[in-house]
Amino acid sequence: MDETGVVIAFWVLAIMTIGSALGVVGARNIIHAVVFLVASFLGLAGLYVTLSADFIAVAQMLIYVGAISILLLFAIVLTPQENRNNSEGFLRLPALALALLVGAVMIFAAVDTEWAIADRDGFEETASAIGDALLDKYALPFEIASVLLLVAVIGSIVLVRPEPMEEDE
Amino acid sequence: MSVDLEHYLIVSGLLFSIGLYVTLAKQSFIGVLIGIEMMFNAVNLSFISFARFVESGDPISGHVFVVFTITVSAAEAATALALAVLLYRVKGTVEVERMDLLKW
Repeated sequence: MDETGVVIAFWVLAIMTIGSALGVVGARNIIHAVVFLVASFLGLAGLYVTLSADFIAVAQMLIYVGAISILLLFAIVLTPQENRNNSEGFLRLPALALALLVGAVMIFAAVDTEWAIADRDGFEETASAIGDALLDKYALPFEIASVLLLVAVIGSIVLVRPEPMEEDE
Repeated sequence: MSVDLEHYLIVSGLLFSIGLYVTLAKQSFIGVLIGIEMMFNAVNLSFISFARFVESGDPISGHVFVVFTITVSAAEAATALALAVLLYRVKGTVEVERMDLLKW
């Protein structure tokens, strides 16, 4: 983990991730906020690569950058009028105080704790190990997750379906 | 100079607190969802960095847990955005301050 390239990549990606996240806060138009969010997700995918998490990096690209951002844009264009507004409400100052407090506590805990650092290199490749674990040790949660996804898909279809026609009374 | 666990945890903590602020402060329901997604991502980053750096008998478990959080967050996003469309249809707005049916 001592190569200069990895260090430079970490700093560039970290600045990209946090800077884009701040852009989400600052953007006045909510479509711009989603574009900043996509940049933040891309930076995170790069950070996963520097952590030798290849499968998770690709999953991040496909699911967050691809699917969830498109879903957000769909929801924005389906709720037109006045909803392009991305400004803060009356909870602005309490939210700022709480976020600063939580962030300070988490950073203090991260720096102050003596972590049991392992003396090993990054993973060679993770996809096959994750696949083995999913079908062996974590088979039951895997099945439950697929049921959860099915229920979520059916639930959202039922929610946004147009009102059913009045059938013969 | 090298990059350690603390660096990743600080990035994760910053991203989490920014997401928390966005979730609490934004007026638009979709802005709130954006903040929730940012918090999900911050947690995923800390899982992956713990799996990479911390002593463990089974480090791949961190990755498996992230696969599950991504699944749950995808399900959450689909349902919540359907709710946003539905709320717009019923109330004509997605501003959270005007969702005050329980207030009298």
